Order: sequence, then C-alpha cells, then structure tokens
Amino acid sequence: MSNNAETKKVKEPLIRIAARDPLPFWKSWGIRIIAFLLAFVVYVLVVYAFTELTPVETFKYIFKGAFGTTPKRLFGEITLWKTIRDIMLLFGVALALTPAFKMRYWNIGGEGQILIGGLMSIIIMRCVSPYIQDPWLIVVMAVCSALAGAIWSAIPGIFKATHNTNETLFTLMMNYIAIQLVAFINIVWEKKKGSGTLGMINADTQQGWLPQEFMSKIVGDDGYAFIVLFVVLIAVFMFFYMKRSKHGYEISVVGDSHNTARYAGISVKQVIIRTAAISGAICGFIGFLIVSGSSHTVSVDTANSRGFTAIIVAWLGKLNVFYMLLVSAMLVILNNGASELASKAGLNISLSDVLTGVVLFFILASELFVNYKLIFRHSKREEA
Amino acid sequence: MFDFFSSVFTTHFVRAAVIKGIPLLYGATGEIITEKSGHLNLGIPGIMYMGAIGGLLGAYLYEKCGGMALLTGGNFVVPVAMVLAILGCILFSLFGGLIYSVLTITFRANQNVTGLALTTFGMGLANFLGGSVSKLTVAKVSIALTYTGKAFKLNIPFLSDKLGVFGEIFFSYGLMTYLAIAIALIAAYILKRTRVGLSLRAVGENPAAADAAGINVTKYKYTAILIGSVIAGMGGLAYVMEYIGGVWQNSVLGDTGWLAIALVIFVLWKPANAILGSLLFGALCVLFNYVNVGPAMQEIIKMLPYVVTVVILVISSLRKKRENQPPQALGLPYFREDR
Repeated sequence: MSNNAETKKVKEPLIRIAARDPLPFWKSWGIRIIAFLLAFVVYVLVVYAFTELTPVETFKYIFKGAFGTTPKRLFGEITLWKTIRDIMLLFGVALALTPAFKMRYWNIGGEGQILIGGLMSIIIMRCVSPYIQDPWLIVVMAVCSALAGAIWSAIPGIFKATHNTNETLFTLMMNYIAIQLVAFINIVWEKKKGSGTLGMINADTQQGWLPQEFMSKIVGDDGYAFIVLFVVLIAVFMFFYMKRSKHGYEISVVGDSHNTARYAGISVKQVIIRTAAISGAICGFIGFLIVSGSSHTVSVDTANSRGFTAIIVAWLGKLNVFYMLLVSAMLVILNNGASELASKAGLNISLSDVLTGVVLFFILASELFVNYKLIFRHSKREEA
Repeated sequence: MFDFFSSVFTTHFVRAAVIKGIPLLYGATGEIITEKSGHLNLGIPGIMYMGAIGGLLGAYLYEKCGGMALLTGGNFVVPVAMVLAILGCILFSLFGGLIYSVLTITFRANQNVTGLALTTFGMGLANFLGGSVSKLTVAKVSIALTYTGKAFKLNIPFLSDKLGVFGEIFFSYGLMTYLAIAIALIAAYILKRTRVGLSLRAVGENPAAADAAGINVTKYKYTAILIGSVIAGMGGLAYVMEYIGGVWQNSVLGDTGWLAIALVIFVLWKPANAILGSLLFGALCVLFNYVNVGPAMQEIIKMLPYVVTVVILVISSLRKKRENQPPQALGLPYFREDR
C-alpha cells in the first residue's frame, strides 16, 4: 500500500512525447510550412534589426539576388542561371548521398569526394588533352572523376564493412586530406608564381570544357544546360535505382537491420562497400560537372561546402527525389537572396549563412511535431 | 640529421606548437565531454567561432565602445577586459550549445544534421558580426584590440624570464594556456574517478541501462553538451586572443574546429591524453614554417594531422580494445518510448 502512495506522489510531467502513426500528407506538410513561415518571421525580424529593411524590401532583394533583375528575359539572365546551376549541383550531391543514408551509412565526405573528382578532371584536362580530342576527352574526364570519387569513398566503406570503423569520423577526415591534396596541386601547377591558383585550364583551346553553346538558343549564352541535363539524369537513375532495383532493396534492408539482411542471404559487407563507392562516384561526377561545366579550374573552394549542405538537404528531403530538389532550391534561393540583401546594406555577406541557419533550425525542430504527438497533463484525448 | 633536428626543434618551435595546440585542446576537451554523453556534436567548429566572436565583442565593448570610460574611468584595466572577454565568449558559446542541445535532445532532431547546420550558423554569425561590426556599433572601427590582445599574452613575470630555456618553454604563455591544461585534467579526473563521470559515461554507452539505473539521462546530456560547448568556445577565444592577438579576420579559425574533432579520435576520448595530443597536433600545424621544403610540400605537411587521425581510427578499430572505442551510443538518439 505504501508503495502505491509513493507512486502517486510522482508528478506526471506537463508534457509527454509519444511516437505517432504517420500523418496524412497535408498535415505533415502543413506543419513544415508553418515552421517555415515562423522561421521567415524571425528571418525578417533579424534582417530588420540589422538593415532596417521592411519585409517587402527584403523579399524584393531576395528575389533580385536569386532570379536577377530583368524578369522579361528570364532565360538569358546570368543571375538566374547561376541560381539554377547551384540548385542542380547541390541537388546532385544530395542524390549521391541518398543510397548511403538509406543504408544508415553517414557519408559526410561528400566535400572531399567532389574535390577529388574535380581534381581528377583537372589532371586529365592538363595532361591528356594533347593526346585525346574533345568529345572523348570529356568522356575520359567524367569516367575518371567518378572512379576517383568512388575510390575515395570506398576506403572508409571497406573499413566500415570489415572492421566497423566509424564512418562518420573517417569520411570527415578524408575531406581534409582531399582539401590539402587540392591545395598541393594548386601550388605545384600554379599559374603565376606565388599566386597559389591554377587559373582556367585550357582557356585557349577550351578542350575538356562542356560546350556552353549547348541549347543556347533556349537558355541563353550563360546557361548551364549540361549541368541541368546530367543532374536530371542522375535523379532519374537514382529514383529507379532506389525504388525498382535489387540493389535498392538490399540497401534498405541493410539500413534497417544487418541481421535481417544476413538471414536473407545478402552480403552485408559487399552492399556497404558497393553503396559507399556509388555514393562517392556520383560525388566525383559532380566534381567533374563543376570543373568541366562551370569553373574550369579547381581550388579548395570548388566544392563550396556542398558536401556538407547536401547532408542537410538529403535529411530534410527525406531521401525523396522531389523533396530534395525542393529543399535544394529553397536553400540556394535563400542563400543567394540573402547575399544580395547583405551587400545592399553594406554588411558582411555571411549574413546569408546566419539566416539560412535560422530557417534550418526551425525546420529541424518542426520534425518533432511531424513524428511525435505531445500529450499534455490531464489531456482528455490521450487514451486514443 | 642532427642539423635538421636542431633547426626544427627550437624553443620558438615549441612555443608556436603550444600556442597553436591550446585551442585544439579546448575544442577536444569540450567535444570529449559532449561525446561521452552520446552526442557527436559536429557544431563544435561553429561554436568555437561563436566563442571567438563573443569574446572579441565583449572586449570590443570595453576597449572601443566606451566601456573603459564607463567601468574603469578611462584606464585600461587588464582583469576587467579579460573577464568581459571570457563572459562574452561563454555567453555566445552557451547560446550555440543551447541550440544544439534543445534541437537534438528535446526536439529529437538528427545530431549530424543539426551539428552541421550549427557550424554553418556559427561560422556565419562570427563572420557576419566580425565583418560588420564597424557598421553596426558606435565605434565605427573594425575589431583590432591591441590592449586586450596583449592582456591575454601576459605571462608569469619571474618564471618566464629568469629561468632561461626552461622558463621560456613552460612559463611564457598567457592565462588561457594554463586554464586549458587545468580544464583537461579536471575533466579527466571527473570522467574517470567520480560518480558523476561514471554516470555520464553510462549515458553515452547505453542510455537505456543508465535510465533504468535511475540516472536522469536528459539532465546529463544537457549538462554535458552545454559545458562541452563552453569549453570549446573558450578555444576560439584562446585562438583569437593568444594566437592572433585580438584582431578579427574573416574565417580566422580556419579548420581549427575540425582538427579539434580529429584530436578527439586521436587521443581515444581521453582528455588527459589530449594535452600531449594537442601539442603534437600544434607541432604538425606549425611544422611547415620550420622545415625548408618549399610551399607545395607545406600543404602535404598540413595534411598530416588528418592522416594520423585516420590511421589511429583504423588501428583502434582493428585492435578492438574496448576502452579505446567511441562511446557505444555515439550519434544514436535515445527516446525512452522507443524500447
């Protein structure tokens, strides 16, 4: 009896959190949209605090920063195309991470895998271009970049598969090894002594450059049609690879439970290494796209934190191809827009990172309300 | 060969290694305490940035924005400047830690994603405030705090100059250096020898078992993450004050934060080892200034800390010694209802 009395004295917490069944589509997205709107209220307030721009002006500058000034010539606009390029590249890296994350393998080495791919492209552009001419040179570059990325990613993968080495920490370290390798090459092959940069490779012959004239009738001279095309192809491939192929099925089983996979006769080791390699290969290919389709050089900033941002994209996009495209677009538009805001107000351009961070925190927090229900003390509905 | 050693291992080199290594020691100690609670905080680089800018702003308010006239009658008083800097640092890094812990513990957000978002945010916040401060404050100047920078470099007067090489190697540093070593030793003691430490390790190894044993898992996690964040933030402060000398530059910390995370692995989650480990990492970071290999090879030398870390990570997973493994529940969320 005394036991009973004691248990009664224990105070019931004000709020309990319990898992809930998946919400209907409109409800879960309603929650996320509310979170996004709340984030935007904070966003506008922060902007107002620092720049005294009204919300309407804020939107105007974000629009201008992301889409450019002359909406009538929409497809000839440089700003717009840079935004589209950034969206597609970020989306591409997120696609690359998808199979690894589905397997619950934290590949946070996208940054390094992109850089190694880009570096490989540059090496081939520089060293092989006298011997092979353009269409084939580009093919060789693409294949070798993907291979380099695959190898860079397979190294942690192999150790994860055979010795259960922590892949989060391993892939993280591989990023910085790649960054230093790129810095090394930048000095070995520097264009002007002491500059520490490569400059554009093959600027005169344009060998190994993805031709910018491609579809220029439609997209204008500054378009990045090839980048868009290739990333869309990757997206289609990834959609079917994950949903319809045997590999995709194996990946999701291994992700759920190694033991189940083993009982089902799946070689867990093989799946881990293969998936890590595929993830790295696509990252390497994105590196090739950046180098060949846009920058024509490689530096430590080539990946531009896309390897890290893509992790956020993949997670918030729930590894769903369409959602990930949406999240990439949101992040890039916010980022480019906020850069315009900051420069307009004469403030440091990193304002965009602060604002992006605010939005991300709100969306991350909102997942609680999607996945769990809060039960208040004395709540009548709790028996449901 | 002897020439090589005598030209590299000078007292100057050792001092440079220590000053470069101390921020890593703070970062690593903070991250170890955090990881012992089962949370892999990849926001540490961002938190170190926040600590750095917070400390600089605290001192900036004192040195440039009239704080001197207000508090100490127009004279520069060393302890006041240092206390304000440390307070600013604690405030900012606590804010960073609070964002991370609320999101990952209470809101159950993914640790890696939250951490990376926090790093973006923290770096951005520091660069934004540091770069815009001349626009935003009444002082209209950028952050270049000569007095406070010097204050943080003040060393022990007698010991540092009367004891020759010995004094130069051991006693020629500012307050933050000795504080870092003290914090690391205290952390090592608490983790290994006290009940609180045992409970914290239990939370990181197996939160369900800890919960069943009556340990308040949530409380331990919050405390560990917040304390860890503040310690890591102090690393940012030590870097900008002792190493840079009180001046803000864009992205001033470079990859210090990631090196600190590497150091955690390198010392196998033991704060006492981190003291020597940070010295080694500091030495590897400054080595390129002392060996004559040309600028290209310098970049390869800068790669060494990461390569060494990978090697240690692989070796420790090969040997499978249980005390050398990461906390078992590292990076995994814990919800009581999930069982």
